[in-house]
Amino acid sequence: MKRPELIPAILTILVVAFFWKISPDFRDVNYLLANTTIFAETGLLAIGLTLIIISGNIDLSVGSSLVLTSCLVAKFTNDGTPIFVSVLMALIIGTLLGTINGLLITVGKLPSFLVTLATMALYRGAAQAMMGPASAKVPQPLKGIDRSDFHGLPYPFIIFVICALIVGLILHRMILGRWLFGIGTNKEAAHYTGFPVNRATISAFAITGFLIGISALLMDSRLGVARHDLAKGIELDAITIVVAGGTAIAGGKGTMIGTVLSWLLIYFVKTGMGVNNLKAEYQLTIIGIILVLSVFSQQIADRFSTNRQRKTTKIEAR
Amino acid sequence: MKGKREIGLLVVLVVLIAACSFAKPIFLDPRNINSILLWMPLLLVAAVGQFPVIVARGIDISTGSIVGLSAISVGLLVKASPTIPVPMLFIAGGMVGLILGCLNGLIIAFGKVPAVVATIGTLTAFRGLTFVVSKGDQIDSTAIPQSLTSLANQGINIGNVTISWLLFIGFVLAILAFFASNRLQFYRNIFAFGSNPDAAFLRGISPKTVELICYCASGSLAGVAGTMYLARFGFANPGSAGQGFELIVIAAVAIGGVKITGGSGSIVGVFLGCALLSCINVALTVLGIDADWQLLVYGATILIALIIDSVSQRRKATA
Amino acid sequence: MIRISSILALGALLLVGCNSGASNETSTSTTPSSTESGAKLKVVFIPKNTGNPYFKPLGAGIEEASKELGFDYQEQGPATGDATSQLPIIKDQIQRKVDVIILAANSPDALNEVLDDAKAKGIVVVTVDSDLEKNESHRDVGVMATDTSKIGPAQIELLGREMNYEGEFAILSATTDSPNQNAWIAHMMTTLKDPKYSKMKLVETVYGNDEPQKSSTEMEALMTKHPNLKGVLSPTSVGLAAAAQVLENSGMYPGGKKAANGGIHLTGLSTPNQLKKFVANGVITAFQLWSPKDMGSLAAYLGTAAKSKKIELKSGTEVDGPKGTKVKLNDKGVVFAGDLVTFDKANIDKFDF
Repeated sequence: MKRPELIPAILTILVVAFFWKISPDFRDVNYLLANTTIFAETGLLAIGLTLIIISGNIDLSVGSSLVLTSCLVAKFTNDGTPIFVSVLMALIIGTLLGTINGLLITVGKLPSFLVTLATMALYRGAAQAMMGPASAKVPQPLKGIDRSDFHGLPYPFIIFVICALIVGLILHRMILGRWLFGIGTNKEAAHYTGFPVNRATISAFAITGFLIGISALLMDSRLGVARHDLAKGIELDAITIVVAGGTAIAGGKGTMIGTVLSWLLIYFVKTGMGVNNLKAEYQLTIIGIILVLSVFSQQIADRFSTNRQRKTTKIEAR
Repeated sequence: MKGKREIGLLVVLVVLIAACSFAKPIFLDPRNINSILLWMPLLLVAAVGQFPVIVARGIDISTGSIVGLSAISVGLLVKASPTIPVPMLFIAGGMVGLILGCLNGLIIAFGKVPAVVATIGTLTAFRGLTFVVSKGDQIDSTAIPQSLTSLANQGINIGNVTISWLLFIGFVLAILAFFASNRLQFYRNIFAFGSNPDAAFLRGISPKTVELICYCASGSLAGVAGTMYLARFGFANPGSAGQGFELIVIAAVAIGGVKITGGSGSIVGVFLGCALLSCINVALTVLGIDADWQLLVYGATILIALIIDSVSQRRKATA
Repeated sequence: MIRISSILALGALLLVGCNSGASNETSTSTTPSSTESGAKLKVVFIPKNTGNPYFKPLGAGIEEASKELGFDYQEQGPATGDATSQLPIIKDQIQRKVDVIILAANSPDALNEVLDDAKAKGIVVVTVDSDLEKNESHRDVGVMATDTSKIGPAQIELLGREMNYEGEFAILSATTDSPNQNAWIAHMMTTLKDPKYSKMKLVETVYGNDEPQKSSTEMEALMTKHPNLKGVLSPTSVGLAAAAQVLENSGMYPGGKKAANGGIHLTGLSTPNQLKKFVANGVITAFQLWSPKDMGSLAAYLGTAAKSKKIELKSGTEVDGPKGTKVKLNDKGVVFAGDLVTFDKANIDKFDF
């Protein structure tokens, strides 16, 4: 399908219309905007994951990196620390954690699923070992970014959109993006074409790490505390967003706009369900079904698409 | 060549046990061995089910939720009719798992939804279903008959070490899987499909059939593990039963030498992977590693295991 | 791609544009929450997580109060009990303009900001069972089951009585961060300094994370590491249920097949239904809990009374309670709902929760 992102776009419009009709508490644009502050953190992770998944890899450790970064920043800064130092810390730590993943996968030649499964435990474990049961207080100057807005748009939301734009440009307009698509389609061929497979792969993980750093700052700012047991399950949410947005899990296909639209879709679904006090377990089930249906409809649309170029490679592409 | 990986694993296992016993002699105490042995049955059965799926280049991330839903379902069943004979409970668990696995298989093989995505979706969907089925209530120990829970503590005694009936069932299933993987033509097809799906297709092996059967197997074995869950813990909670289980299972299978890219691996490796993970999990507690450090040590161990694996694979390739 | 992004940009502009216009629309929601007009109050109960058997009777207590006092009651719990899982739920309730939030907090401090938001909108925040330790200012009142400082000593006494006040024992707790368990354990430590318990030795405290598998493994490890173990105390129902099964399997309970020097005495805190089987076959002699139901109804009463301005919840004062009673808020703003109940063979069948 030439434009898989049409599916989340259409679904988003349907979902918003549905909840707008049935739920007075949903009909509040201020609230819909303000509530994005919680979900923006997941969105940043999804932006990075888009790059990683397009290049044929996966990163299960994003949530754990997020938590470790946020704990380190909160623990080692205090009210007197200038903000730019905290920001720098978060970005460096996040990028570092991401780069470690990248190195283990490229130089270590380990499959990304297993490596990030291990670092998922390793990073969160490190946070727990460091923090124990305590909370680290976030220094005052860093707090409260979710409460300020720019003409009605909360800053976390703006940051998310800007990052999506920038990383989207990298993906679709710069050479790194072309390399990532190539590696995701066929790693061997990419290598023989002269693409710097290792460098590009590590870059994808490093960029994700950078975004995780930003996300950690947002989370610290919003909650005012950092703990080792925060953000559990966020990696699954992020992967759901990326895949439901039209990015193929096998790699080689996907768009940033798809991820953004998918983020919107899932955001509205969650907000709509929440405001109607739908039981937590039903919410889970519905998100799971949306994921499967979304990908399923992409597959159907693929079949009906007139673009039949991939017929000969279809056996492999299944 | 086939046995090299397994021998390596055996060596690691022995070294680990030796190191732990050296640090804490109590590691070899029969009671501790029993504890390790009790960790294994659920893991082994689910891993033996996950094995064909991974060999066939797939993955089943919904295992934990299938275990949970099956445990709750069997629990409800035994609550409604307390006199059901225990073997029927295992069959019931297997059937629940079979239906769920079949659903996975249909979505993946016929819906052409990639396995990772499909099973992440069913992971959450099945978990939600567990709440619906149980109406949010936990199955308390009063509902579980002695005949079921005794499977966890009775068995064949070798000195003070008990090979519980539960473990026995696990062994039997693993042995059956072993023979199946070596003798059954269909299993060979799974390996062929995993190594090279195109070549297999040209040979007449239908991808749809292979995948469907693999996920059915994975599901039904996870279902059996659900019944074993009831036997081991004596109760089941819709939120926590099986939660997170799939990651341990996949880790065990991966450490057992089954390539995530498909086409190779052995049941023996899976067995050793399960044994290794069980030892690690028990070692964490027995060695007195601070509770807050356990996750870190666990992650580091898995990572080291993977690195050792990768290094030895490369040695093998250049040799 | 350009086309879609321009559509999105347009959409965003539209949102910003109608932003100021829309904000008026929302104040006229369909259900007036003003109490002066006599409309029903909306109360929501947020347990630690769904599927937790402990919160069923608590919710039942609130529901009973809802029929008596005439308010709307809904329960909305998170799927998992981690630190911030209740945060989006609380935000939703603020948006739904509820009047009272009854919360069993999963974290002592991660919810501070959002609870302040709730209070700023006039919502009365009542914590039950699990309080915002050291962050009590972010809620209006805490209704705890029973005096926290009494739980530790009572548990030690219960175990001590069974162990004849001597021997080694261990504690199997929930997660390392759990505020209630940690508070009780701290009081247990203080109690142990009393000469009456001088012959009892706490050899280890382990954490089962309120997961059946981990709790079972920890219990087995305890029995292996400490061959002379005479007692285990598990102040959490998941841990206690798992440990009971392990103890039954091992046969090492008092009177069991493999019991050495009197066997291992197991006790702790749990709901009766989870342990009926074990009390019946002697694996557990006695255990304790309070009445979650009483906690629930008291919380509902105080919350709605505070919202309709009938009482004022100030720390260190006494206010009117339900049915003509008087309840005292201690200096941390905590009210205790009742006393510990000890369950054993004699009385356990009378209870169903």
